[in-house]
Amino acid sequence: MARITLDNLRHSYADNPRGPEDYALKQLDVTWDDGGAYALLGPSGCGKTTLLNIISGLLKASQGRVLFDDRDVTDLPPDQRNIAQVFQFPVVYDTMTVYDNLAFPLRNRGVAEREVKSRVEAIAEMTDLTGMLSQRADGLTADGKQKISLGRGLVRDDVNVIMFDEPLTVIDPHLKWQLRSELKGLHQRIGTTMIYVTHDQTEALTFADKVVVMHDGEVVQIGTPVELFERPHHTFVGYFIGSPGMNVLPCTVEDGHAVFAGQRIEVGNVSMKDVSGKKLEVGVRPEFVTFGPEGIPVEIENVSDAGRFRIVDARHGEHRINLLVGEQDAIPADGARLSFDPQQTRLYADGWLVN
Amino acid sequence: MSLELRNISYRVAGDTHIFPTDLELSEGGFNTLLGTTLAGKTTLMQLMAGLLIPTQGEIWFNGRNVTGVPVQKRNVSMVYQQFINYPHLTVFENIASPLRVARASRAEVNRRVEAMADLMKLTPMLGRRPSELSGGQQQRTAMARALIKDADLVLLDEPLANLDFKLREELRDELPKLFADRSCTVVYATTEPGEALLLGGDTAAMYEGRIVEFGPSGMIYRNPSQLLSAQVFSEPPINAIRVTKSGNELVLGDDVRWEASGKTALLGDGEYVVGIRPHLVSPIAGASQSVRIDGRVLITELSGSESVIHFDHAGQTWISQAHGIHALKVGDIASFHFDASQCLYFTPDGNRIDPQGGHA
Amino acid sequence: MSTKVVNQKGWLFVLPVVVLVAFNAIIPLMTVVNYSVQETFGDNIFFFEGVKWFKQVLHSERFHAALGRQLFFTFTILAIEVPLGVAIALAMPRKGVWVSVCLVLMALPLLIPWNVVGAMWNIFALPEIGLLGKTLNILGIDYNFTRQPISAWATLIAMDVWHWTSLVVLLAYAGLSSIPDAYYQAARIDGASSWAVFRYIQLPKMKRVLTIAVLLRFMDSFNIYTEPFVLTGGGPGNTTTLLSIDLVKVALGQFDLGPAAAMSIIYFLIILALSWIFYAVMTRGEE
Repeated sequence: MARITLDNLRHSYADNPRGPEDYALKQLDVTWDDGGAYALLGPSGCGKTTLLNIISGLLKASQGRVLFDDRDVTDLPPDQRNIAQVFQFPVVYDTMTVYDNLAFPLRNRGVAEREVKSRVEAIAEMTDLTGMLSQRADGLTADGKQKISLGRGLVRDDVNVIMFDEPLTVIDPHLKWQLRSELKGLHQRIGTTMIYVTHDQTEALTFADKVVVMHDGEVVQIGTPVELFERPHHTFVGYFIGSPGMNVLPCTVEDGHAVFAGQRIEVGNVSMKDVSGKKLEVGVRPEFVTFGPEGIPVEIENVSDAGRFRIVDARHGEHRINLLVGEQDAIPADGARLSFDPQQTRLYADGWLVN
Repeated sequence: MSLELRNISYRVAGDTHIFPTDLELSEGGFNTLLGTTLAGKTTLMQLMAGLLIPTQGEIWFNGRNVTGVPVQKRNVSMVYQQFINYPHLTVFENIASPLRVARASRAEVNRRVEAMADLMKLTPMLGRRPSELSGGQQQRTAMARALIKDADLVLLDEPLANLDFKLREELRDELPKLFADRSCTVVYATTEPGEALLLGGDTAAMYEGRIVEFGPSGMIYRNPSQLLSAQVFSEPPINAIRVTKSGNELVLGDDVRWEASGKTALLGDGEYVVGIRPHLVSPIAGASQSVRIDGRVLITELSGSESVIHFDHAGQTWISQAHGIHALKVGDIASFHFDASQCLYFTPDGNRIDPQGGHA
Repeated sequence: MSTKVVNQKGWLFVLPVVVLVAFNAIIPLMTVVNYSVQETFGDNIFFFEGVKWFKQVLHSERFHAALGRQLFFTFTILAIEVPLGVAIALAMPRKGVWVSVCLVLMALPLLIPWNVVGAMWNIFALPEIGLLGKTLNILGIDYNFTRQPISAWATLIAMDVWHWTSLVVLLAYAGLSSIPDAYYQAARIDGASSWAVFRYIQLPKMKRVLTIAVLLRFMDSFNIYTEPFVLTGGGPGNTTTLLSIDLVKVALGQFDLGPAAAMSIIYFLIILALSWIFYAVMTRGEE
């Protein structure tokens, strides 16, 4: 187990990078605490897999250092960093049995056979593979193979961090749920540092204690799922997290208050000092928008059924505002007005949260 | 165009992929095929398109028997999970290709392609090749090509599955609007219950080669007639709990019991299955008639606005999905509550009891 | 009842090919079978002999010798070409500019007409004026493939390895290219040695392709005629007379059509049987 620090990290795949667009990873300074469950969340191309490979040592960063517990591992290859990685596609040694697959990393390191047996059996029990130990690995289903990949990482007791690169990609959707919960349960049992890369916010938010949101090679925000949900530092985080994402509406400032559609919007106690000249927006999540007797007048464009709630697509002119209503709640036929929960409405200047 | 499958089945080398089944789709409707990966959704769509010939049974389009008619003559479009575009043609040419096959005039091709590109938000990409586009744009191109044909039947086989979460959300939002103005019948395959609900229309819940139930999506979700439909149509998985009826009470384990009411009260004593959706099981005490169940916490998953807690009671695993953050510790005993009137009751073979009464 | 509409007109396209194949292959094959069970003294007079020719061939020393030589040849070249081909495929780059260069270089030997290959090596290995022959003799090795059986065999095998290893290389390379990077990455993380990577990742994934390569080489080498004939004519004496060369000598040299036809059929059955065994052995364990 280790605390992982990324110091002044930058990476470019080009030989002679010139501008920021040549960098897959722009400036990064991040510390990951020991034993935490982290998620790296972001859209395709944001640099999360690049970052993961730099931490695991499969890729060497063009600039900057990687530290495990104050030890500089930047130049160390993966097998000397004591890491484990589970890939998108299950990687198993087809010709070996499940037992031999799990034993492989230990045998490569010269561990005594009796010790190998006890570790393999313990891990098989944890990952629910005990009944299949003598089967050939290539006969298992995709989720079974991913468990083997995971097991190979767990079987070594010197593992500093386990990394997951979108591991549920090839898993059947109805099993994804189960495997995801099992991963979470596993972390709660063994407490090794785990870093989970994904573009799926549900996976990230349910697995991680802390989520690192990335966009275009940069870290936009690091926070707990609750923080990301309630206080997104950037409109991108507001948009990316939550389904549907945060409503972002352009506004102006008059007399020290935010104004949209001719109405004052309460955004809490924020300082309006430095906001002039910047693009101003108000952000509020659909969960915190309600119908009311007063507020912004809207037309209802569409209502979608999401099972335990409904999503209402409301329009004020050309602006779209989503809100959630319960299954049984009434939706006004006309003359609908929306109000925003003042505790949960935020002001953004040039995309960044105004405090 | 109305589509009817009469006693269709499909067998390959002794394996039955589709069991004898009937399906009737109304004209201009949006229909979802919901089921797990091997449920038979793709096979069924290929049978509808004419890419496969049924081993038995007939297919009728608009009152005409088209069972042996090859796919080229059926006026069908299909969009796949993998973004399938002609790699050597530009986006413009890709979208234009069905029109060129139909020998439309140059002016008409230009007009219709530009209109479609505008609708699919592809106008700035018209001159590029598919390999230069992002996943979402490639899939839009494929969809544009399918839609421009103005076919009577449009089949979409998990078209959003290979897209990023947010992109999927956006495209899914646009889909019903795309088809709202058209008279074509749409069949959309997916593995995600949430999608089936959001897209509206009718849903056919499929399981292992059979259509378990077919009807308006919201109704199948809230009032399934089969335990299988409830299980297919649920994410997180519905809690399917074995209970015993004894006297006028339903008993679970040693300590949980509640009074049977409505049609369930008329049942004989014996074993039954109760289905209760995770969002109806809560760690917070509810109204007075709610049933309390104490379980040992197995896993807690906290997302931004809600908590999913797995717990064990008398050897059966339950899942509770609650609003707000409930940071329960693994191994602790915690109390959960649910409303018995919101349960769905099933016989042990999975048939629904009291189909008019229960809520979801 | 479903009405299946099947278009039979497609068969018309195949008809010309079927006629051609029938003419060029099936009818001559029937002729061979015919000859193998009859004896002729010319003038279209045939006596039915039954299995006489087959018995004669199977008991003849000459046939045993030729078969023995052939088996030695085939198994030697397989033992060299398959590992060598795999080794070269492993060493070839998988990405970058050099990939095309290597692939073209590997393909070159396969493009040369077979009798030209034989002629090339013939001249190349001549002890007086050939580059290889002269060099070997200068280095002190007593080398003359026209006179010494060992030199002839060595040259024959070297020629075949030069000619056909490329096929194994290209097939093995195709198999290797299909392995996703993630496997190599996982192996690095697991601390696997290069040998372990080869044994547990590369070899299993190449298995299917290698099966094809081995089968092809086996069948082709058993049938081989042109290159050895041009190189050594079967000599010196009959030391490099492989099965096909022997067959041609009997059929056209001695004009013993009966025994020759019987030999053809026996070779065919041997190749069939051995190929079947090979295939079964190599694909056991697969579904």
